[in-house]
Amino acid sequence: VTWTRENRWRALVVLIGAAFTLFAPDVLQLFTIINLTTAIALAILALSLGLIWGYGGILCFGQTAFFGIGAYAYTIAAINFGGSTWAVLVAVLAAAAFAALIGYFIFYGRVSDVYMAVITLTVTLILYSLIRRTSGPEYKIGSALLGGFNGVTSPPLNVPWNPAAMLFPEHVFYVGMVALILGYIFCAWLVQTHFGRVSVAIRENELRAELLGYDIRFYKLALFTIGGALAGIGGIIFCNGVGRVTPDMFNLYNSALAIIWVIVGGRGTLVGPVLGSFALFYLTSWLGTQSTVNNNLVLGIILIVFVLVVPKGILPTVVRWWDQGRSRRAMQRRELKLRRRRVAKAAEATHEG
Amino acid sequence: LDLFVALGLQIIYGIANLVLISLGLAIIFGMMRVINLAHGEFLMLGGYTVVISTNHGVNIWVAMLILAPLVVGIIGIIVERALIRFLYGRMVDTLLATWGLSLLIIGLVTTIFGAQTATTISPPLGAIAIGDYTSSTYELLLIVIAIVLSLGVYAVLRLTKLGLVARATMQSAEMASALGVSTQRIYMITFGLGAAVSGLAGGLLAPVTGVLPSIGATYIAKAFITVISGGAAILAGTTSASILLGGINGIMSFVTGPTMGEVALLAAAIVLLRLMPRGITGRFFRKSL
Repeated sequence: VTWTRENRWRALVVLIGAAFTLFAPDVLQLFTIINLTTAIALAILALSLGLIWGYGGILCFGQTAFFGIGAYAYTIAAINFGGSTWAVLVAVLAAAAFAALIGYFIFYGRVSDVYMAVITLTVTLILYSLIRRTSGPEYKIGSALLGGFNGVTSPPLNVPWNPAAMLFPEHVFYVGMVALILGYIFCAWLVQTHFGRVSVAIRENELRAELLGYDIRFYKLALFTIGGALAGIGGIIFCNGVGRVTPDMFNLYNSALAIIWVIVGGRGTLVGPVLGSFALFYLTSWLGTQSTVNNNLVLGIILIVFVLVVPKGILPTVVRWWDQGRSRRAMQRRELKLRRRRVAKAAEATHEG
Repeated sequence: LDLFVALGLQIIYGIANLVLISLGLAIIFGMMRVINLAHGEFLMLGGYTVVISTNHGVNIWVAMLILAPLVVGIIGIIVERALIRFLYGRMVDTLLATWGLSLLIIGLVTTIFGAQTATTISPPLGAIAIGDYTSSTYELLLIVIAIVLSLGVYAVLRLTKLGLVARATMQSAEMASALGVSTQRIYMITFGLGAAVSGLAGGLLAPVTGVLPSIGATYIAKAFITVISGGAAILAGTTSASILLGGINGIMSFVTGPTMGEVALLAAAIVLLRLMPRGITGRFFRKSL
């Protein structure tokens, strides 16, 4: 690890996250902690979209598909296995495999950005309507009923290889925070590897990256699959925080939310989407407590305003202002120094003369 | 034989349904290369226009055939002037902005009319018997309207001056504007027309499906898939993709039930796009409209 300015900031973020994990349960009430677990799960989803969209330029409108598949796969596997140890693995693999399958058709078919967005959105919508219809007793996988609109109750996580030792909600909070922080470190590492830098190059200019000899289809597919797996991990935490999986995890509203988190927080950053998801989570749950202003209305306005006015998102814009301010201050200091020196020289000259 | 006629009719209705819900989107996409994510909401607004005006005593045919396209067309022009025109050439931003618009419209309609179904209206015209089976006459009418609408769009594009200028803009906006065509105006009209066609479709479908603020979501998956499978040509693309996907959907629904029908539709579309990334008209019927 080279300690560039960016990495020093990232280390600071990790430290703040770790401190929060340690002290939050002492300060906050259990209800807040459970609520926070949901927000953490969504933050992992935001991180996954921030990675593939912000660094790979892959605009996926259906990141919630992998999120939902992770949650469903975890729940069904945990019910069938009678423990969560392998279910977690199955869930992550299922989300990654689904991402790889969809990604294969998209990237190896070389469909354009816009088609990509539409296809991922459609896949999510179809999954939603598909799972909503599985309410009959004939729809079951192993011993897990899919339950249609009502969803399935998720068995809680347990200590690995010890199904009897189930985790309590406050423990799930720790697991969620650890997953989020590790996910963040992983993403921050990934974007600095050769693979990550090629991905950024593809985002900047696909044709140029291809002419330099990189197989852009493969790089995009790999990044997309990693993003899918990460979203699947978010799904596992989510269904543990909420206690059940429902088809609503796939719905259009959540897909739109994921996009809004990233665009508000800022593309090309990792902390931005995470902060965006926390901010909007609390904004939407606050909006849910009153009935004069509709949730969709506010989100729609936020999305339009950001696209038109702040397309880079909050974090990059703030960083740019900060940098501009700093360089301006530095320039002023330099000018001041130069002027002083000139005055001193002039004074010296008159003195000698 | 009756079974086959009834089944065939059902499949043709499915195809007509796809044509209706995607044509407005296809016009906007074909002309401007803009995917309008608020398309479902345009359909929804058409439905609301019909339901509300019928409840206020307007004749249902007037409401469906005149008011719905008019109202949604005007909304479309307002949207184009206020939002879309700032984003030409930035396709991804347009997608995001129209998605924001979609949420905004859902929110507005929910605030005004509530989240529940507004009073619905029943489909006019009764049922018709085909041997042992009955079919709704209204569905037959929708098939006819889908055909008439497609022919109408063809006639406008092929035979009128507006259509000529519009096709020129579609082929090369730069050249058209160099020859004195106001492409801005063409885009505005196209967007309005696309919205009007969507409004008409939404209005026509309202008696069948009912209206809800969130009903747009049930249309858009099919509409998007149809349009992008069809490719850039407005009519040839939409109709060929509708026939293919609607046929697959109809047959699979008959064999295994409606859920698998939709999944088969999607799977077929994704495989199709793997083989022809620019849609059916990217490979066949290239010179068509």
